[in-house]
Amino acid sequence: MNYETVIGLEVHLQLKTKTKAFCACAIDFGQAPNSGTCPVCLGFPGTLPVYNKAALNSAIKVALAFDCQIQKHTKFDRKNYFYPDLPKNYQISQYDLPLSRNGHLMIASQDAPKRIGITRIHLEEDAGKLIHEADASLVDFNRAGIPLLEIVSEPDLSSPQEAFDYLTGLKNILEYLDVSDCDMEKGSLRCDANISLRPQGVKELGVKTELKNMNSFKGIKDALTFEISRQTEMLQANQAMFQETRLWDADKGETVSMRSKEGAKDYRYFPDPDLTVFIIEEPMILAIKADLPELPEQKLRRFTQEYALSAYDAEILVNSKNDAKFAEDCIRKYPGSDKKAIVNWLIGPLLAEANYRKVKLHELNLDKDELIKLVGFVQRQEISFLSAKNVLTQMIASQKSAQTLIQEGNLLQVSDTGKLQEAIETVIGENEKSVNDFKAGKTNALMFLVGQVMKKSAGKANPKIVSDLISRRLS
Amino acid sequence: MELNQLTAHVILGKLKAREVSLDAVYAALYARILKIEPQVKAYVRNNKEPVLPLESRPDSLLNGIPVTIKDNICTEGLNTECCSKILEGFRPPYDATVISKLKDSGAGIFPLKANMDEFAFGSSTENSYFGPTANPWSLKHVPGGSSGGSAAAVAADEAIWALGSDTGGSIRQPASFCGVVGLKPTYGRVSRFGLIAFASSLDQIGPITKDVQDAAILTGIIAGYDPKDSTSINQSVPDYTKSLTGEIKGLKIGIPKEYFVEGMDNEVKSIIEEAINKLKNLGAVTKPVSLPHTEYAVPVYYIIATAEASSNLARFDGVQYGYRAKSNNLIEMYKKTRAEGFGDEAKRRILLGTFALSHGYYDAYYLRALKVRTLIKQDFDRVFSDFDCIVTPTSPTAAFKIGEKTLDPLKMYLSDIYTISVNLAGIPAISIPCGFTKAGLPVGLQITAKAFNEEMLFRLAHTFEQNTEWHKLKPKL
Repeated sequence: MNYETVIGLEVHLQLKTKTKAFCACAIDFGQAPNSGTCPVCLGFPGTLPVYNKAALNSAIKVALAFDCQIQKHTKFDRKNYFYPDLPKNYQISQYDLPLSRNGHLMIASQDAPKRIGITRIHLEEDAGKLIHEADASLVDFNRAGIPLLEIVSEPDLSSPQEAFDYLTGLKNILEYLDVSDCDMEKGSLRCDANISLRPQGVKELGVKTELKNMNSFKGIKDALTFEISRQTEMLQANQAMFQETRLWDADKGETVSMRSKEGAKDYRYFPDPDLTVFIIEEPMILAIKADLPELPEQKLRRFTQEYALSAYDAEILVNSKNDAKFAEDCIRKYPGSDKKAIVNWLIGPLLAEANYRKVKLHELNLDKDELIKLVGFVQRQEISFLSAKNVLTQMIASQKSAQTLIQEGNLLQVSDTGKLQEAIETVIGENEKSVNDFKAGKTNALMFLVGQVMKKSAGKANPKIVSDLISRRLS
Repeated sequence: MELNQLTAHVILGKLKAREVSLDAVYAALYARILKIEPQVKAYVRNNKEPVLPLESRPDSLLNGIPVTIKDNICTEGLNTECCSKILEGFRPPYDATVISKLKDSGAGIFPLKANMDEFAFGSSTENSYFGPTANPWSLKHVPGGSSGGSAAAVAADEAIWALGSDTGGSIRQPASFCGVVGLKPTYGRVSRFGLIAFASSLDQIGPITKDVQDAAILTGIIAGYDPKDSTSINQSVPDYTKSLTGEIKGLKIGIPKEYFVEGMDNEVKSIIEEAINKLKNLGAVTKPVSLPHTEYAVPVYYIIATAEASSNLARFDGVQYGYRAKSNNLIEMYKKTRAEGFGDEAKRRILLGTFALSHGYYDAYYLRALKVRTLIKQDFDRVFSDFDCIVTPTSPTAAFKIGEKTLDPLKMYLSDIYTISVNLAGIPAISIPCGFTKAGLPVGLQITAKAFNEEMLFRLAHTFEQNTEWHKLKPKL
């Protein structure tokens, strides 16, 4: 039997506000344990939470970027459970009236774009961190109270690749919004996945597994891929499935059962009486909307229109906010009217350099003006494309200017017909057969002869001029 | 009279006129405490040498007059344990907003804290980890609760005045039992920051004093918006002493018929009726009114208050502060700490509240209780659209005997039947002495007004007080 995969993702995102969600503690990473705390975020008796308007603004910003409906009347609820990293033994979260609902994100799926629904985005507070030692467990509450967004997707994802694409798209937009560091390794972005299988064509959902402990997008993809084969095997063997939470072990490349959900937790949600219901007025929403930065979709449209980029090229560039900025800076600086020249460099050799170095385009140690000069050399046919690519590599490695590297490498193309003529005569003398072939109408022979001239000039001859000269000489 | 027997405003006059010194005031208080505290036990952790007053600030409003503080209000550097073992040794690194306001006004914070029912769970101060407080009028009787320590200390002249907290009657009922004045302000009038929460949507801090003028002064100091408490309301604080006009002619007073039914002690009933007649004689107009949802107040209260309490008290787990039981692992630490740290009533309420919020019961209990709470509030709104205030007994009986109701929690809960609705409705109410039973126990009159109309309470209470002698009587100890 064929099975269909159903995946839903739950993303937790730390907002990088100046202060915590419900107290005035400054958020500053890398502090000594428990130094970034106050009686409020430590949940000391008698203290009260006061919500951070900046966190609320960021949350609304994110919700609007994903086309969510904003809940006009919203409130905070208490999620009650005991855990030592939770100072009050309840988390201030949102339950039945989340800040926003019904958003979506488009991802590229095979051919057509696919709409992935976002069920809800709500604001809550982060918990502290446990550090387990041989004889004791320690708690660091610096993280406790940092504003956290929970972004819950619909179970609209049907493969690990789609999950990966969804997360990449999500992160991209979040970076544009500049509300979070979005760093999975540092825990500012966390993701749990729900996955179930069902026989192809069946409507009802299968028994789901919740996956935790993935710390990269690739880890999520791998964990989901593992789960698909594990669940497929179980289903094919007619084994009973039950709802459970499983932890991803990246080293072993497998998921391990953590707890069964049969005795599901009862969080005893109820409205937090310390925080009153608040109303998000339309003018506030409009102001935040007006303040939204240009998002990838809009940027893509603009890039294709303004710079006559293909959708394919534009998409590569807008996939990262900083890359898009880097690219647009370069395009704007580029003096030529044919922007395609610089664009081809960006998505060609530059992207290749970035991929090779495993960094983003904008992280390449490259001066934009020097890049433009280099492209100019090529456009004026003063150096060959091949040489230019080498120069680019050296520029990144050595921080020398394009001019210097071209001179040092003696790479200027020989376009002086007098000098070239000498080499052509030699080549014609040495390759009688090819000369005859050319005369007999075999065009391939011309390419061979040009190649020979190039060889003699150590790659510096301008191939177009060489080709013209040979043609003329032999006609 | 001794200095410790005087009201704050009288002492203040003497301090300003330099007739007496602040040291003398403290000395009188300590002398009194030394003499009668072994019988009354209004204070807790009373094993210290007397502390000298801070230097008084003659320029300040209160000249250093000390205020006695209930053990659930955070005082920086001074143990605040809610009279619970689980907060053993807890010394907050911060002051409650009311404490900061008192200090800013030049008040002294009395270094001994007042006894209370553990976490304010109770109506008799018998649920204190430190043992019960006695009623100064009859040592075999309870002082009421949960602010029984504050009320007894004021009544027994071991305090000039005091702060208590009121979630369902915890200021007014002990004030009534001890023959003193107690005010529960409008919800949101006084900051709750630093008050260790029992039920966050009901708790308010308020004064317990020897007369209405002191209550007006103290309320004026502690009231006001606090950015640290989202539920405090940004509304200016009037000078409450200006409402002590002695003029109540034509005021319309509602007498709710639902409050004068069976369960009310006959003696209390006639004392209250006499007080109502007195108000009429002073020019007020009284009329019967109806608060039809009164009978639901106690069940609604015990659902909402315990639900909130079950969550508020979750933080007492032995991890960061207070008592931690010896244990081998985390779960055992939670269980033993809470089993050994909480008293019976605290456990009972945590269980009740946890149940009310549980999946499958939430709608039937908590959500329904919230809806009925709205109906109760609407009852009052309707009456206050026509009336200036409502007058009722504060409690259906005078003080009961120590141990009389400890085995029957339901009976104990019913002693707050007249005070609970006020908390549910979020409105202010005051209890003032209005007579004594034949056994010599005080009876209190409760006056209620609409939200943020504390001025009306002070005006009516003060007028009644100035035309009666009850507040001048002192217990024989």
